[in-house]
Amino acid sequence: MFDFLSNYDDPSLLGAFWVTVQLTVFSAVGSLVWGTLLAAMRVSPVPLMRGFGTAYVNLVRNIPLTVIIVFTSLGLADIFGVTMGARDDFDLMYFRLAVLGLVAYTAAFVCEAIRSGINTVPVGQAEAARALGLNFGQVLRLVVLPQAFRSVIGPLANVLIALTKNTTVAATIGVAEAAFLMKGMIENEAQTLLIGAVFAFGFVVLTLPTGLFLNWLSKRLAVKR
Amino acid sequence: MKLRKVTAASAAVFALALTATACGGDDSGDGGSSSSGGGEKIKIGIKYDQPGLGLKTPDGSFSGFDVDVATYVAKELGYEPNQIEWVETKSADRENALSRGDVKLIAATYSITDERKQKVDFAGPYLLAHQDLLVKSDSDITEATDLNDKKLCSVTGSTSAQNVKNDFAPKAQLSNRGGYSECLSALQNGQVDALTTDDSILAGYAAQDEYKGKFKLAGLKLSNENYGIGVKKGDTATVDKVNKALEKMVSDGAWQKAVEENFGPANYKNEQAPKIGQIVK
Amino acid sequence: MTSVLYDTPGPKAKRRNLLLSVLFFALLALALWWVWGVMDDKGQLEWSLWKPFTTSEAWTTYLLPGLADTLKAASLAMVIALPLGAVLGIARMSDHRWVRVPAGAVVEFFRAIPVLLLMLFANEFFARSTGVTSEDRPLYAVVTGLVLYNASVLAEVVRAGILSLPKGQSEAAQAIGLRKSQTMGSILLPQAVTVMLPAIVSQLVVIVKDTALGGVMLGFTELLNSRATLAANYANVIPSFIVVAVVFIVLNFLLTSFASWLEGRLRRSKRSTGAVLGADDVDDLNVGKVGGTYGTGAGGTV
Repeated sequence: MFDFLSNYDDPSLLGAFWVTVQLTVFSAVGSLVWGTLLAAMRVSPVPLMRGFGTAYVNLVRNIPLTVIIVFTSLGLADIFGVTMGARDDFDLMYFRLAVLGLVAYTAAFVCEAIRSGINTVPVGQAEAARALGLNFGQVLRLVVLPQAFRSVIGPLANVLIALTKNTTVAATIGVAEAAFLMKGMIENEAQTLLIGAVFAFGFVVLTLPTGLFLNWLSKRLAVKR
Repeated sequence: MKLRKVTAASAAVFALALTATACGGDDSGDGGSSSSGGGEKIKIGIKYDQPGLGLKTPDGSFSGFDVDVATYVAKELGYEPNQIEWVETKSADRENALSRGDVKLIAATYSITDERKQKVDFAGPYLLAHQDLLVKSDSDITEATDLNDKKLCSVTGSTSAQNVKNDFAPKAQLSNRGGYSECLSALQNGQVDALTTDDSILAGYAAQDEYKGKFKLAGLKLSNENYGIGVKKGDTATVDKVNKALEKMVSDGAWQKAVEENFGPANYKNEQAPKIGQIVK
Repeated sequence: MTSVLYDTPGPKAKRRNLLLSVLFFALLALALWWVWGVMDDKGQLEWSLWKPFTTSEAWTTYLLPGLADTLKAASLAMVIALPLGAVLGIARMSDHRWVRVPAGAVVEFFRAIPVLLLMLFANEFFARSTGVTSEDRPLYAVVTGLVLYNASVLAEVVRAGILSLPKGQSEAAQAIGLRKSQTMGSILLPQAVTVMLPAIVSQLVVIVKDTALGGVMLGFTELLNSRATLAANYANVIPSFIVVAVVFIVLNFLLTSFASWLEGRLRRSKRSTGAVLGADDVDDLNVGKVGGTYGTGAGGTV
């Protein structure tokens, strides 16, 4: 019944899902960093930075991820020569470009989640911190963000799960992840339904435990007020 | 009653959904149709995005060698140009479109192969093309084996690049793109070293104003591609009629004229008109 | 609100902020200058590549039909997914376990799967098992994928919308002797629809964005795909890309603005119960609860 799987070894089923996992993990770390920076810009006292953060989020959220990912290949790599240090290894280059595109897109959503988290921190916390003489950076780093992060684990979990699913868009620039393999399989094999079920199961396995774990974590870490 | 209102509203939404679906079907059913003409229409599948062969031009009409051949054949079958309804048939969809009867004929860089002959019938061939490489005009790539360690552009759904990699240059790297114009852009900017597919297709791109003089064909004959006109399996009557039309097109000089018009600017040395039924392996 | 993070700037802070502004501006300008320089260097700024977009043919032959297909797929998906989502959402709140559990399973399943996988599968399914013409198939596949995914997202929107209503509404309905179906149909649902409108409109943005996947992976002739046909004619890959991105931004920006305008209007309106499901409460990256308990409960935002 599962004979068709043995016809595929470059990538294999597990190999393809491993690429999906790698895309997810690297993009998650990257978008957390860039998204936090964007959020910091959006609440900063410098108007120009606030403007940049707002403009970035509003632009990026309104562009299809497909456009962004394809653009990393056609625009960044072809025109701007951004080869992510892998000019001579296309597989690696397109993988890294896909991560870059996913980070650029996902960071906008991370930023919004964190900003809403910052808004849940009671005004008194920031006021008290300022009364102690902490400056903006210290207020944010020592008092506000630690509380904000705890309260946004829930929304960030949703972002992470959406990111896991969004990694499939990397197939558009030929990254051999799960959707790329499924497209090849489903066109060449007869068992359409079975193949669909196998890949669907793979994604359920990836997203469901993540959701449950982060849900548990967010309740455990919730700031009691 | 509010309940009734809600039910009515949801009924309306459902009805809307249904009519919208129906409209969608109708709309795309006659999408791409040419202006009204008397009598029955004929649906012909072509490519929309290949300059020189089948291209949707800015005024909404179609141009290219495949289009000219199909127009001529249709005329011989008794259809005036305004009775032709052009349909875009992507490479992967061609067999399906014929066997389901979505289109009557397909003239879309459709190479006659044994595998395809099991699913559809072919008239022709009407053009003999070869797989070739397109490189920058100052490139030193002259052989397929030169591609080792070089970068090759591959179009999703096409096996040409993969074949070159397998047969001649195992160390070549493939960059996947959605279409040939993206490959041209990558070639122009030096991201890839070569682009491979049928020379007829490559010539059409290289002849575009923007790219004139920037690229050249390597002139290799990596394969023989016998372009045929696809017809539904078992429809031998149509195959015969199309074959007769193709023969006439060659004998009355229309074939040569179409070749010159479409491939002339590309400095592409076409093969002589192939004999009907003679497939060059 | 965010201003509590820092004091009203004094003279020293003002000077520092000014310095930061100048530095940041210089950084942005430098980046833009580099982008412009490279584009110029690679000949991407040549007028001949951009000129087509000033002619009406480029729009009427390629981009507008593409945009029409994008909008067609998006609106079809929304119109079909909405009633389906409403049914699933209400079923998930049923008192009967045998209704609630399967509805929940369906919703969670389709939300866990990438919409691209659903589209690829639908495309192959239609090709093999149905009489859909090869011309219509990409549209069908795209709409099917979008409907399956968005119906389950909308199911959660509907559920959140109903849960966001004050409890007094259903209690009062019960008190005057309405049955469960009457309570839902004539009390809760009509109010929830208003509550949900902004979220539904912003879900449209997600749908519009996802149609582009069908263009690249299934050959659906939407905006991004018709851009390729355009670029085959004018040999302007990058400029056409930028123009299409701008069209998407403008379209989605209009939808988003409409959603927030609607949200603001509903929040101000005196007749509503005060609960509004905001535009940001539901989108593709914030799809409510995952496997459990947080997210789209009453109140909405985190």
